[in-house]
Amino acid sequence: MSYTLDSKQLDAIEDMLQHDLIDMGVTCVILIDMAGNIIANLDNGKKKHDIYSLAALAAGNFGAVSAMAKIIGEEEFSLLFHKGKKENIHFSRVADDFLMVSIFGNDVSLGFLRLKVAETIKALRSILESTMSS
Amino acid sequence: MAFINPKTKEVQIKIVYYGPGRGGKTTNLEYIFNKFNSRIKSEMVSLKTHGDRTLFFDFLPFDIGNVLGHALKVQLYTVPGQVKYNATRRVVLRGADGIVFVADAMRVVRAKNILSLKNLYENLKDYNRSIFKVPLVFQYNKMDLAEQGIPLLSYERLEKDLNSQLKVPSFPASALRGTNVAKTLKKIITLTLPSLQRNLRKEVVN
Repeated sequence: MSYTLDSKQLDAIEDMLQHDLIDMGVTCVILIDMAGNIIANLDNGKKKHDIYSLAALAAGNFGAVSAMAKIIGEEEFSLLFHKGKKENIHFSRVADDFLMVSIFGNDVSLGFLRLKVAETIKALRSILESTMSS
Repeated sequence: MAFINPKTKEVQIKIVYYGPGRGGKTTNLEYIFNKFNSRIKSEMVSLKTHGDRTLFFDFLPFDIGNVLGHALKVQLYTVPGQVKYNATRRVVLRGADGIVFVADAMRVVRAKNILSLKNLYENLKDYNRSIFKVPLVFQYNKMDLAEQGIPLLSYERLEKDLNSQLKVPSFPASALRGTNVAKTLKKIITLTLPSLQRNLRKEVVN
């Protein structure tokens, strides 16, 4: 897995995440690769998380869940989401090698988030797939 | 794979500590966390069992300075060493830029060191990577146990068992006391830098 992103692409990604998700009420969005590296990180300015640890754990969590899916004969699970009392966290794969982690409060419904995430991923895919090299 | 962020001028590299169970991988990170506290902004993440054995991984991010105008952020991970956690090891190994193999110098664990190295070879192969090409350093840990009369493998024996074909840098060490812990880390970072610098130079030129 090897990819290169330039400033223009990173700006486009951040604008997309800001407009599609943060402005819609999502607390925090992190785009990472499957090794746990942070590509983009945006939040609504109200709460700061330890995003480096979050990214490492998210990549590990997603990797573990994907491995479990394969053991039971599934290609992957269509939903990976953890519900908290006040904050929730949703994971979504972007292309083959990236992961979008969205943290959102109870004022955003899961259904709405999944819709917005799906739209954002479609747009992100074209940027991220063009960065991949063999 | 190292990620260079041209916007924030940051480079993130992933170093994974690998090796048999109870060999000292977590102890290495704990020592580094305590010793370099001023450079480490967050807590060390440790996912352990009740018996204090690594269940998923340990994670420790820290900043080590600048390379070609980019802030270098090193992310240290350990894997669980017990044989049954192989699927987890594979997950954590993904995207590693460098590997520290922490071998246990106790004579009774000799076979486990060799099995663990074979396991590393196989897990890297699953990612289409060769153990001969990945930046790798050996650390022969628990050398301090000789003072307690515990039979240890000699440095030469460990080299023959583990490093006769790979011929990578190796350090006798004591993770508990910190002997050669920092040296091991420095070496593996140095080994990951050349390819990183090549990519950074391309970035700077662009």
